[in-house]
Amino acid sequence: MVDTTAPHPTSGIAGLRPDELETPPLSLGQLTWRRFRQHKMAIFGSITLLLIILYAFGGMLVFSEAESNAVETGARLQAPTRQHPFGTDTIGRDILARTIYGGQISILIGLTAMLVELIIGVTVGAVAGYFGGKLDSLLMRFTEAVLVIPQIFLLLVMAKYFAQSIPNVRFLGRTFSGSVLVIIFVIGLTTWPYLARIVRAQFLSVKENDYILAARAVGTPTWEIIVRHILPNSIAPIIVSATLSVAAAITLEAYISFLGLGVRPPTATWGNMLEGAYNYVESAWWLWFFPGLLIALTVLSINFLGDGLRDAIDPHSRAV
Amino acid sequence: MADRILEVKDLRTRFHIAEGTVYAVNGISFHLEDGETIAIVGESGCGKSVTMLSILRLLPIPPAEITSGQALYLGRDLFRLSEREMEQIRGKEIAMVFQDPMTSLNPVLTIGRQIGETLRVHLGLDKEAIHQRAIGLLDQVGIPDPAHRLNDYPHQFSGGQRQRAMIAMALACLPSILIADEPTTALDVTIQAQIVELIQRLKEQLSMAVIWITHDLGVVAEMAERVLVMYAGFIVEEARVDELYEDPRHPYTMALLAALPRIDRRRDKHLRSIPGAPPNLLVAPKGCPFAPRCELAFDRCWDEMPPLFQLGPDRRAACWVDVTTGKPF
Repeated sequence: MVDTTAPHPTSGIAGLRPDELETPPLSLGQLTWRRFRQHKMAIFGSITLLLIILYAFGGMLVFSEAESNAVETGARLQAPTRQHPFGTDTIGRDILARTIYGGQISILIGLTAMLVELIIGVTVGAVAGYFGGKLDSLLMRFTEAVLVIPQIFLLLVMAKYFAQSIPNVRFLGRTFSGSVLVIIFVIGLTTWPYLARIVRAQFLSVKENDYILAARAVGTPTWEIIVRHILPNSIAPIIVSATLSVAAAITLEAYISFLGLGVRPPTATWGNMLEGAYNYVESAWWLWFFPGLLIALTVLSINFLGDGLRDAIDPHSRAV
Repeated sequence: MADRILEVKDLRTRFHIAEGTVYAVNGISFHLEDGETIAIVGESGCGKSVTMLSILRLLPIPPAEITSGQALYLGRDLFRLSEREMEQIRGKEIAMVFQDPMTSLNPVLTIGRQIGETLRVHLGLDKEAIHQRAIGLLDQVGIPDPAHRLNDYPHQFSGGQRQRAMIAMALACLPSILIADEPTTALDVTIQAQIVELIQRLKEQLSMAVIWITHDLGVVAEMAERVLVMYAGFIVEEARVDELYEDPRHPYTMALLAALPRIDRRRDKHLRSIPGAPPNLLVAPKGCPFAPRCELAFDRCWDEMPPLFQLGPDRRAACWVDVTTGKPF
């Protein structure tokens, strides 16, 4: 006789109910996060970036904008003291307060210039890559035409040409000089060709997939194929490129402002704070050290973040 | 005739590529009746899929070019419709299931969203209605626990399940024609049988017409009422399925049948293969394309392409030779 009354096991694998046997799969977001957090430099970059953003935007609560622009001729070129921890500049403005307000502008310029670049670059790249043929040739020749003009030269000419033509705007409770908008558009308008090429290359390869044919076979309209089917499959290099272009935009802004063609004083940016420091490289190191350090840290952090993002969301292109 | 849901006349499709012009489809005509299943058989590269993609206007133009022909769907010529009108036909009136389910689903969208897409595009339903319909469709194609699986991504589905999901996508709007482009080729044998059975059952339930593209003559016998045999972009024979097996009238069809393993044949005999390879479609067709591989070919076959002789109702063959005697007509 076989004993059929063996007790039902209550522990171990056999004791699990069917729904406990299955481990819920990781979502796409969880997988990405798991890869991202293994990238130590990216974590370092993210934390530093967060602190810098906190510094620039949290600092608003401590100093008013008026304080950052307040001229105190009696306290010109003071080395860091308790009253002015980062020292004062050539006309006696507090450098700490100016790095805070300048940081806001620099970061906002970086982000919005990236948005401008993203909108133009993705549109041009997507249209060229998807439709191909004559439209593609036309758009790519135009893109190359923009690329062959030395970027810095184009930036300077555009900055000079448009400098006075845009009125001031109010945003986030602050008044921005029109030159900020000019810089944003100038940077956006000169950097999109790189992104357009990346997007076009992605579209060219993704559109050949069977699932695009299958989507067309159920009657999905063309623009939905582009936006809902191809774009999500091309998003990884776009995100990475966009991240890195924030850093590039901040550097470019610093460059133009340093040459005196960027954002007009009194509005501070990290870039135009360096402009005045040029003549005091040896005698007043605090003039260039603090804004320079912030630019370097920000750009470095964003680049680390970009590297980490690439490894996390685009495993195929992982740098060896 | 009124009950002809699809009628293709003298379809010619070419591809202009760097090496020259590929003559992919060379003037084929056929029709499909309402609720009927036809099969199109032939070797790889004989123009079966290109014919279907031409009809649905899914070929990239250029390099493809449809140089002549009509595709009348309920009397409307699909080749004369605007792209927008065509989008409303695809998926709603004529749906297609593709060969490889592993690559035919978008990897970044959930199964639910992809099935819902057909419904959203054509019926404009709201989210909740789409969700309910999608559950019903997945259930109908035999996916267990459909409500839960809608949120899965394609990689969480097996090959057979993906093909079922593809079928659900194709059938979402109750099309009147389903084009199945070798839907079982990429699946293993037991799953193949299930998919064939599934499409057969759904065809009965939804009273669709089906165009089944395959190179598996075994599946044809099970599914189709009428068979078109294609070779090098031509239809070389058309017959009702039983006639085709018992009384083939084209040497190519005979060769295909001789290459088929049969359970009632002596096992010590090797299967017969067709010598040679399909012709190079880069050369403009002259004479019968099968002549180089044909045992019955004579002078005329090399010079002149035989027309499709009408041999009876639904019975056509393009051959200069009477295959029953082996001599020219």
